[in-house]
Amino acid sequence: MRARPRESFARPYGSLTNPRQKRAGREAFHLKTCLVVDDSRVIRKVARRILEDIGFDIAEASDGLEALAWCRAAMPDAVLLDWNMPVMTGIEFLKILRAEPGGERPTVVFCTVENDVDRIREALDCGADEYIMKPFDGDIIAVKFAEAGLT
Amino acid sequence: MSPQDRELVAQLCAARAGLHVDPDKSYLIESRLGSVARREGFGSLEDLMAALRQKREDRLAWGIVEAMAPTESAFFRDRTPFALFREEVLPAVAALRGGEPVRIWSAACAAGQEAYSLAMIVEDERSKLPGLKVELFGSDIGERQLEKAQSGFYTQFEVQRGLPIRLLIRHFERDGEMWAISPRIRQMVRWRRVNLVADLSTAGRFDVIFCRYVISALVEPMRVRLLENLARALAPEGFLFLGQDEDVAGLQGAFQPVGGRPGLYARNPAFRIAA
Repeated sequence: MRARPRESFARPYGSLTNPRQKRAGREAFHLKTCLVVDDSRVIRKVARRILEDIGFDIAEASDGLEALAWCRAAMPDAVLLDWNMPVMTGIEFLKILRAEPGGERPTVVFCTVENDVDRIREALDCGADEYIMKPFDGDIIAVKFAEAGLT
Repeated sequence: MSPQDRELVAQLCAARAGLHVDPDKSYLIESRLGSVARREGFGSLEDLMAALRQKREDRLAWGIVEAMAPTESAFFRDRTPFALFREEVLPAVAALRGGEPVRIWSAACAAGQEAYSLAMIVEDERSKLPGLKVELFGSDIGERQLEKAQSGFYTQFEVQRGLPIRLLIRHFERDGEMWAISPRIRQMVRWRRVNLVADLSTAGRFDVIFCRYVISALVEPMRVRLLENLARALAPEGFLFLGQDEDVAGLQGAFQPVGGRPGLYARNPAFRIAA
């Protein structure tokens, strides 16, 4: 089952774009937004909790194509990106994203089980800013996001 | 462990290494000493402590002290001190030394992340500092920590705490489950066991000393001794890095804070330590 209905491609909803979902007082802080892209619902949930704790507003996508739809509707400040996903992989998404108008802006942090040096180099060459090898924990996400200049 | 045993551990740590150990923290003490007991072939912590009381063996006593020493460490821990080192301190001391080697000491280096972080910076800055010669030293009170540091092997968790990904792929190679630092970086650091509150008069002179999160781990009276040792080991125009929220209040006059750079201190050249 898909995490979100197909029509959300045309008009994504959720905390990124819908002001009614924003909690009171949030506007004053201009929370940074992070799009969490992973085909595992469990990973998305864990990452969401960690990133919300360090002050991000979260949107989720379960593959590269869905992530692209999000970005075209509202470019996030950061993308936490899995590599191997159905429909469109993380690296394919990244190549397309970096060629889109405004697509150079988001800080992209890979988060994947791929830990081969060649794969890491490929990700950086395609425009990734940082790289997390799974398994990860809250500490690693926090220091990697700081490393990438996000916090 | 009985309160008396824990008290003895605390006394031992304070006397030998100046380490502050809270005897009320039974969980911490028991979990740290559990591995010492197993390694030394004792059936229980009680047996370990009984042996310590009876034999008063130096090796056993040090095993206990080393196990209680803090081992927390990360690559580029706190980031800012390393940026300062790269951008200001290293170029300054390199210019000061001319063609002579710049001597850098990572004191209480635990598993070596700090020393290797400095080595990577030196390596990456070489092109900007032609003729730069550096001698890099790492020391710790724990033999096991030093062995690990010297091996240059780190877990995937460890290389993701503070090490930017570009430095990981530039300076490390994957080796099974572990990551190994390149021989080039590994060979830049010399390792030595040093008790920072012992007599350090033969330690030599250093242009830069990183001694972070040591003062705050010591019992009050030993803090002065540590600062005296550092003042003696620091070259007249040298720089000292301390941890966040640590200061040199224990020893007046030896160091001056460098304005706007928290944690960085310069040696006061006029200061002399009574012999």
